[in-house]
Amino acid sequence: MSNKGNIRPDQTQLLTELLNKKTLILDGAMGTMIQQCGLEEEDYRGTRFADWHTAIKGNNDLLVLTQPDIIKNIHLQYLKAGADIIETNSFNATKTSMADYEMQSLAEEINFAAAKLAREACDEVATPDKPRFVAGVLGPTSKTLSISPDVNDPGFRNITFDELVEDYITATLALMAGGSDIILVETIFDTLNSKAALYAIEEAFEQAGQRLPIMISGTITDASGRTLSGQTTEAFYNSICHVNPLSVGLNCALGPDQLRQYVDTLSSICECFVSVHPNAGLPNEFGEYDLESSEMAEHIAEWSSSQLMNIVGGCCGTTPEHITAMLKAVEGNIPRAPKEKSALMRLSGLEAFNL
Amino acid sequence: MTTKSVSRFINVGERTNVTGSAMFKRLILNGDYEAALDVARQQVENGAQVIDINMDEAMLDSVAAMEKFCKLIASEPDIARVPIMLDSSKWEVIEAGLKCVQGKAIVNSISMKEGEEPFLAQAKKLKRYGAAVVVMAFDQDGQAETREEKFRICKRAYELLVDGIGFPPQDIIFDPNIFAVATGIEEHNNYAVAFIDAIKDIKEHLPHAKISGGLSNVSFSFRGNNPVREAMHSVFLYYAVRAGMDMAIVNAGQLAVYDDIPLELREAVEDVILNRRDDATERLLDLAPKYRGDGVQVEAETQEWRGWEVTKRLEHALVKGITQFIEEDTEECRLHFDKPLQVIEGPLMDGMNIVGDLFGEGKMFLPQVVKSARVMKQAVAYLNPYIEEEKEEGSTNGKVLMATVKGDVHDIGKNIVGVVLQCNNYEVIDLGVMVPCQKIIDTAIAEKVDIIGLSGLITPSLDEMVHVAKELTRQGLDLPLLIGGATTSKAHTAVKINEHYEHPVVYVPNASRSVSVVSNLLSKELRAPFLQQLEKDYERVVIQHHRKRDNTQYISFEQARANKFKVDWDTYQPPKPKKLGIHEWHNVSIATLREYIDWTPYFLTWQLHGKYPSILKHEVVGEQAQKVFDDANQMLDRFEKSGELTAKAVFGLFPANSTDESIEVYSNENNQQTQLVLHQLRQQLKTRNSSPNYCLSDFVATKESGVEDYIGAFAVTAGFGADELAEKFLAEHDDYNNIMVKTIADRLAEALAEYLHQQVRKEYWGYAADETLENDDLIREKYQGIRPAPGYPACPEHTEKSKLWQLLDVDKRIGMTLTESYAMWPGASVSGWYFSHPDSKYFAVSKIDKEQAQTYADLKGWDERTAEMWLGPNL
Repeated sequence: MSNKGNIRPDQTQLLTELLNKKTLILDGAMGTMIQQCGLEEEDYRGTRFADWHTAIKGNNDLLVLTQPDIIKNIHLQYLKAGADIIETNSFNATKTSMADYEMQSLAEEINFAAAKLAREACDEVATPDKPRFVAGVLGPTSKTLSISPDVNDPGFRNITFDELVEDYITATLALMAGGSDIILVETIFDTLNSKAALYAIEEAFEQAGQRLPIMISGTITDASGRTLSGQTTEAFYNSICHVNPLSVGLNCALGPDQLRQYVDTLSSICECFVSVHPNAGLPNEFGEYDLESSEMAEHIAEWSSSQLMNIVGGCCGTTPEHITAMLKAVEGNIPRAPKEKSALMRLSGLEAFNL
Repeated sequence: MTTKSVSRFINVGERTNVTGSAMFKRLILNGDYEAALDVARQQVENGAQVIDINMDEAMLDSVAAMEKFCKLIASEPDIARVPIMLDSSKWEVIEAGLKCVQGKAIVNSISMKEGEEPFLAQAKKLKRYGAAVVVMAFDQDGQAETREEKFRICKRAYELLVDGIGFPPQDIIFDPNIFAVATGIEEHNNYAVAFIDAIKDIKEHLPHAKISGGLSNVSFSFRGNNPVREAMHSVFLYYAVRAGMDMAIVNAGQLAVYDDIPLELREAVEDVILNRRDDATERLLDLAPKYRGDGVQVEAETQEWRGWEVTKRLEHALVKGITQFIEEDTEECRLHFDKPLQVIEGPLMDGMNIVGDLFGEGKMFLPQVVKSARVMKQAVAYLNPYIEEEKEEGSTNGKVLMATVKGDVHDIGKNIVGVVLQCNNYEVIDLGVMVPCQKIIDTAIAEKVDIIGLSGLITPSLDEMVHVAKELTRQGLDLPLLIGGATTSKAHTAVKINEHYEHPVVYVPNASRSVSVVSNLLSKELRAPFLQQLEKDYERVVIQHHRKRDNTQYISFEQARANKFKVDWDTYQPPKPKKLGIHEWHNVSIATLREYIDWTPYFLTWQLHGKYPSILKHEVVGEQAQKVFDDANQMLDRFEKSGELTAKAVFGLFPANSTDESIEVYSNENNQQTQLVLHQLRQQLKTRNSSPNYCLSDFVATKESGVEDYIGAFAVTAGFGADELAEKFLAEHDDYNNIMVKTIADRLAEALAEYLHQQVRKEYWGYAADETLENDDLIREKYQGIRPAPGYPACPEHTEKSKLWQLLDVDKRIGMTLTESYAMWPGASVSGWYFSHPDSKYFAVSKIDKEQAQTYADLKGWDERTAEMWLGPNL
């Protein structure tokens, strides 16, 4: 596999034109769809990993290697449901996260394959009237740079910034080589992790000699309205807007009703486009998501008419049904206009501080 | 500072600077980071909007100190609230800090001192890290002193940054150098004026750029006279801010209010700052002694809470996460109470409850709670010796193992529970986060713990907890299991976890409940009533749950029937068995069977994880795996010769047809006489992707189709002789071989089931006469047809096993028997049904509704209680 691959041109301009005209649709949950396939350990292993020495059921990212048809089919379902942008199945395809399965060495290959599958699916469906885009996904990893895993030693960390940067560079280059149009850093619960990702993305762009548009999506974890690492929505925005992203948004953790106020905050400050992909409600006691597509679409329709966002899709618990319902909910509405670039110096700790 | 125009002025706290504060330097050099954090906290409380951190000290590993302090601040929400200014003359120290700060920080500083190239390289990196930057008016010729030089250098830097690399101009903060005035050297007299004038030039010509400076320099010559210094700072700022200065590094607690400075002093200071008179320095020097005095203001004004009543103080310290006074407050409190434990159970727990409530209401967030836990721990650590003193023999109340399950990094709740339990004299073994199931079990056994506590916050942890419960069962543990953490619930615990573990599984909603739960579980007297209550509680929850779930996730029995797996019996001709009737095998060759062994589970029994055969080459466990593998083969060699183990099988193939969920088994080919009716259950889960609602009967041709179809049944064992041999080994204190015998017998029984199924497909039923599958493919079920076992997910109801026994006359023919609870004897046995349809597959019946249960009970002739007993797991 070569890093050169088939790197896509920078389509920021095309995306901007589209986003000025309408709300673009992101896909829904990959995990939920995979779950429905009821795959077993053997399916995860395929023939290639039949003898792998750890249990690997649940390593959803590995499926791009062992069950590519299933993953591609899910992509196709979302594309057919109306998604303009689909996310690669690479949420955990970092060495840091793959270490759970002792599959660090596969991170690069998985990212490449994930992007390639999404690319193929997009190319099958895209038309000049409705171009489709692949967002190469970088997930948060299972470790945090801002929080100590040891209550008695608040200065302790189990991962370093440099380790994450290296990890993300590998992933980004592979996602690019596989044919991603966009790099999407998502489900950010620790902003410092995402800063490492953004640092790595810039480094990767430089190494590849090619830029791609960047989408960033944070996660508000609970009723405090903060990220897990303690930042307010605006503090988060201030921490990551330096890369001139195509969009900044929020996803996961909350359902649309709880998330609205934070999307509203973001929408009122964000100098780029705003994306949002909420969960299908909060998980119930069994970790399942109950919100039906029609209920979710009601929220999205209201957000759209309030011009809160430019890109909308679904996170945990959402399905192609949800995506189609969202598409219908935003159709014909005037999209949100990004805020004018201000000359504020945007600083932040856990809270925003603008000058 | 009362002037309106300064309202947007930012003061940057300067006390956390080893070059500027002797006290801070001492604290850092002594490694007293706790107190160093208090310095930072005080600054924020005093109004610093940004805090400057500087660790440039020759005696210090500055990189390490910067990293450590930044990481510590990250868990102090009162401090981390504000942005950080990373202050160092060393690039590596700045970079170390940037890697530890999640917010957008200010870097102080970079300059063109070493030339333009390194300057730009650093700026490019800063852009990547996402930081604002202070740029000193400094180039290769030195620091700019005059207005013109200052502006020239700043302009050059601005052009390089903004036009050259696209650095956002609003993120550039120029520091045009504040130098000391009133030094007695004439050239210095205009330094303050030059700075203020340069501000005007920069603001006019370099759009959006900001201005900062280190204020204390300006008054350097009046060291030791704080009132004069403060007056100088105040006056300097008054004019600089009006000229456009945006921020300055100041001691936020020590700024004189411009309007409050005595007029005489203010005028003298203004003369110096603004260089209004040639004799300004002398005049201020003359005046200065008059204002000397201890200008040090009390920094403790904000600590009003220290005057409160002691329990209030403890509460405040817990909520705010302040450890500074915790020991003296705890001591004071201890003296109020009869027993030290009462301090924990009283004021400290009260404080923690408030923390819990605030967290629940979203008024506190994670890092704060961690800090509160720390305060709690320190208080408890302080009390521990006193508690020990009062305790008999230093024994603990019990040992609790705590772990956040695999895949989850969240452990706050768990840590709090750990703290609270320790407070109550339980020994806690905390395995931390992301703990694999096996480690939990191994530790529980090795440490002989009394209770296992599992925690998790994310939803996949729920499944992992179920997994742990199953493993506890599989590995034969009997310890009570506690379940806690944000996504856990009584319902999930009662419905999903409890059923997999017959020993107590207790949902613990919060830390304060953990003590009573644990003490009940470990009490001889209280345990039984507690568990009875719990069981009742769970029953109620389970019933409620099903009432709720039936409406949402399951379809009606009627709908499920309509969505059955449909076969077009007009076009499909079921294969007719070549050898109908019942067959017996009485002494199956061990040599044959060993070829059919699926070895992977064998290694699992020995806690060796990995697939056979690659496990034999595994880096870590390979050697051990090879050893048990060799031993197993030796044992098999022995069995081949000795005949100590006997493998037997009975199986039969019968004409059959289905009606709804039942399968009628006929005694002869003309379907004239129904010998037995098998009853099966149908899935009622609401399926997606138009997947059918399966029932095993769907795989057999319907009676109304008129098509002749067949079903098979089998019972096999390799267990005759195993128990006796195992006993013999045990008597010889040979545990290893005792386990080995049983494990191998199990494997051989499974191998026999596999082998027999193959023979049935190829020969007896004969629909796959040409099948040529390697053992590996057999293990992966690549053949046509299935052999589901009663009691397993596709036919979960155990009593049907008795029909299998009846049909094949198993007892008489080969001596295998069923216990009251339908377990097979000998232990190493397998039984099941054969289905031949090419689309037949394994599935899980999962939950069924009352209607299907009633229909099933009617068919079986059961009363309600019996039905509930046997269908319980599926209701």
